[in-house]
Amino acid sequence: MDFLNGLIAFLNFVFVPGLAYGSQLALGALGVTLIYGILRFSNFAHGDTMAFGTMVTILFTWWFQSMGISLGVLPTALLALPIGIAATALFVLATDRVVYRFYRRQKAASTILVIVSLGVMFVTNGIVRLIIGVDDQNFLDGARFVITAGDFKTMTGLSEGLAIKSTQVLTVVTAILVVAFLFWFLQKTRTGKSMRAFSDNEDLALLSGINPDRVVQVTWILAGALAAIAGVLYGLDKSFKPYTYYLLLLPIFASAIVGGLGSPIGAIAGGYVIAFSEVTVTYAWKKVLGYWLPENLAPDSLVQLLSTDYKFAVSFTILIIVLLFLPTGLFKGKSV
Amino acid sequence: MTRNVWLFAGVAVLFILTGQLQSWNLSLSILNMCLLSAIMAMGVNMQWGYAGLFNTGVMGFAALGGLAVVLISAPAVPAGWAVGGPGILFALVVGAAAIGLAIVVYGWLPKGRTRTAAMLAVLIGGFFLYRYLFDPAAMAVESNDPAAAGNIGGLALPSLLAWPIGGVLAALAAWAIGKIALGLRSDYLAIATLGIAEIIVAVMRNEDWLARGVKNQTGLPRPWPVPYEVDLQQTASFLDGAATWGLDPVTTSSILVKLLYAVLFAVVLGLVIWGSERALNSPWGRMMRAIRDNEVSAEAMGKHVTRRHLHVFIIGSAVIGIAGAMMTSMEGQLTPGTYNPLRFTFLIWVMVIVGGSGNNWGSLLGALLIGWLWLIVETVGPGIMGAVASGMADGALKTHLIDSAQHMRLLTLGVILLVVLRFSPRGLIPEK
Repeated sequence: MDFLNGLIAFLNFVFVPGLAYGSQLALGALGVTLIYGILRFSNFAHGDTMAFGTMVTILFTWWFQSMGISLGVLPTALLALPIGIAATALFVLATDRVVYRFYRRQKAASTILVIVSLGVMFVTNGIVRLIIGVDDQNFLDGARFVITAGDFKTMTGLSEGLAIKSTQVLTVVTAILVVAFLFWFLQKTRTGKSMRAFSDNEDLALLSGINPDRVVQVTWILAGALAAIAGVLYGLDKSFKPYTYYLLLLPIFASAIVGGLGSPIGAIAGGYVIAFSEVTVTYAWKKVLGYWLPENLAPDSLVQLLSTDYKFAVSFTILIIVLLFLPTGLFKGKSV
Repeated sequence: MTRNVWLFAGVAVLFILTGQLQSWNLSLSILNMCLLSAIMAMGVNMQWGYAGLFNTGVMGFAALGGLAVVLISAPAVPAGWAVGGPGILFALVVGAAAIGLAIVVYGWLPKGRTRTAAMLAVLIGGFFLYRYLFDPAAMAVESNDPAAAGNIGGLALPSLLAWPIGGVLAALAAWAIGKIALGLRSDYLAIATLGIAEIIVAVMRNEDWLARGVKNQTGLPRPWPVPYEVDLQQTASFLDGAATWGLDPVTTSSILVKLLYAVLFAVVLGLVIWGSERALNSPWGRMMRAIRDNEVSAEAMGKHVTRRHLHVFIIGSAVIGIAGAMMTSMEGQLTPGTYNPLRFTFLIWVMVIVGGSGNNWGSLLGALLIGWLWLIVETVGPGIMGAVASGMADGALKTHLIDSAQHMRLLTLGVILLVVLRFSPRGLIPEK
C-alpha cells in the first residue's frame, strides 16, 4: 500500500507535470531545430514568437468569451488557436521577407543571422508588450481537472491523490497529434522530402531542382505554427507572461542541442530529458521517500536537490554536459 | 576623420542640450551611465569586433563585478561571518574539489563504462557532501539578524579595490564558460553565455548569505576622491566657493559629485581604450583579426584559434566585470532584482553594432548616443506619449498608451539594430 501511495505521489508531482512540460518544450525545440536545419542559424526570437502566437490567441479567446462562444469543457483558447497559428505564420513570413531574406541571399555568416534574430526578438517582444502588457494573463476556461485528487482518493481508497489537469491531457494529446503530423509531413509529402534534402545538402538539393524559397517558406510556416501551439499550451498549463517566454529560450535551446540541433526526433527526446531532469531535481522528495523507505530511514529534510529558483541551472548543466561529451547531441544533429 | 569629429560633436551637443533644457544633474547622470556602458561596450567590442565571439552574457559578468563590490567594500558582519562564514567557504572548497577530482578521474581512467560510473559517483557524492556541509552554515548566516544583515558581510576595504577584483571574478567565470563552449559551433557560446548570465543573477537573487539577495545590499562606500553631498554642503570652503559663483550649494554639490564620477570613469575608459588600441595595432591584434576573418587559414598558419579566442573572451569579460563593479560602486547599492538582459546585454550590443564593431571609437560613440537615447526616453518618453494621446478621450486605451511608453524603447531598439545591420553593417565609425 505504501509503495502504491508513493508511486501515486510520484506520478502526481513528478511524472505528469514533467510529461506536460516536456511536451511543451519538445514542440518549442522542434521549431528551433527546423529553423536550424533549413536556415542554419539559432533563432533567438523563437521564445518571443511563441509569446506573439499566444498573445494573438489570448486576444481572440477574450473576444470569443465576450461573445459567449465557448467549447464547453475544453478551453475556448483551442477555438482561437488556429487564428493564432495563422497570425504567427504570417508574422514569421513577414519577418523573413523583410529581414532574413536579405542575409540569406548574401550568404551571411550564421553569427550575423543570430544577431539579426536578436533584433527580431526585440521587435517581437516590444510588439507583444505594447499590445498586451507585461503582466500575467490567465486565459484558461472550461473544466480544470480531468480527475481531481479527492475523486481519485475516494475511487481507489489510497491516501495519496492523483490530480490530472485538463491542460496536461490537452498538452500531451496535442503534442502527439502535432508530432505525428509533422513526421508524416517530413517523411511522406513531396515538400517534406525536399525540406529534408535541403537540410542534408543544400547544394545538391538546389541542383536537383528544389525551389529554395518554397522550402524556406514552408519551414517558417511550420516553425511559426509550432511556436504558437507550444506557447498556447504552456500558457494554458501555467500562465502567460512575456518575460517567462523569453526565459523559456534557454530550456528550449538546451532541448534542441541535447537532441542534436537539426534533428526533429532529437528535439522531442531532448524536450523530455530537460523537462524530467528539471522536475526531478527541483522536486522535494520527502513525501515519496517517506512512503518508499522503511520508517527508520525516512528523511527529515525536504530532500530537494535544488530550489525551484535554479531550475534554469538544470537545463544549463545538461547543456554543458552535452557540449563537453557529446557536442552533436543524442541523435547526431548537424556537425559541431 | 573630420566626419568622426563631427559625430562626437553632435553627441556632445545632445548632452549640452539636455543640460540646458532639462537639468545638468540629469545630463551628467546620463553621461555617467553612458561612460560605464562604454567600458562594457569596449569589452564586447574586443570579443565581437576583434575576434567575432558572440557573448550574450554581458549581464552576468557585470553582475559579478557588482558582487565583488559587496564582498570587498561592504561593512563587515562579524556575527554573521562567525556563525557560518568558514563553514560556507569549506563547503565551497569541497564542492570545487569534487569537480576537480571528477576531472582527474576522467583523465585517469580509460574510456568506458567504469569511467562514466566513477565520475558520476564522484560528482553525486560530492554534491551531497557539499549540501551537507553548506546548508547548515548558510542557514546559520541567514538567520543572523535577517532584517539588517543575514549575510557574511564584506571586507570593508576601499571601493576602488573592488574594481579589479570584479574584473577577476568575471574573468574566472569567462574562463570556465569559454573552456567549455569555445571551439564548438559559434552559436553554442551565445547560448551558454545566455544561460550562465541568468544563473549568476539567479544566485545573486536567491543566496541571501552572499549579498543579501533581493533584500539588497545598501550603504556601500563611495570610491576614493568622491565625497558625499551632505559632507560637501557642510564644508566651509565649498560653501564659500558656491557663494562666490552665486550657485545653489545643494545642486552644485550633487553636480560636483557627478562630475568627479565622470572624471573617474573617463580615466578608466581612457586606460581601456589606450590599452586595447595598443593591442589592436600590435602583432597580437593583427593575429586576432586574421583569425576572425578566416579561421581556417589562421589555423593553417599555426595559430591556436581556440586558445586565442579563450584569451580574448576572458579579457573582454574582465573589462565588463570592471565596469559592472564601477556601476555598483557609483550607485552605492547592489540590487540583483534590477539586472535584466535587455539593459545589460542587448543594449550594449546595440551600442557596439550601431557605433561600429571592431572600432573602439565607434563603440564609444555608440555608447554615448544609444545610452543617451535610452535614458532620455525614460524621462521624457511618458511626457511625449501623453502629448500624443492628449487628444484622446480618457479611458483604458489612453492609460495603456501612456504606460506603454517604456515598451516603445524595446521596439525602437530592435528596429535601430535591424536597420543598422541591414543598411550600414559597419556602423557609424567603421573599422579601418
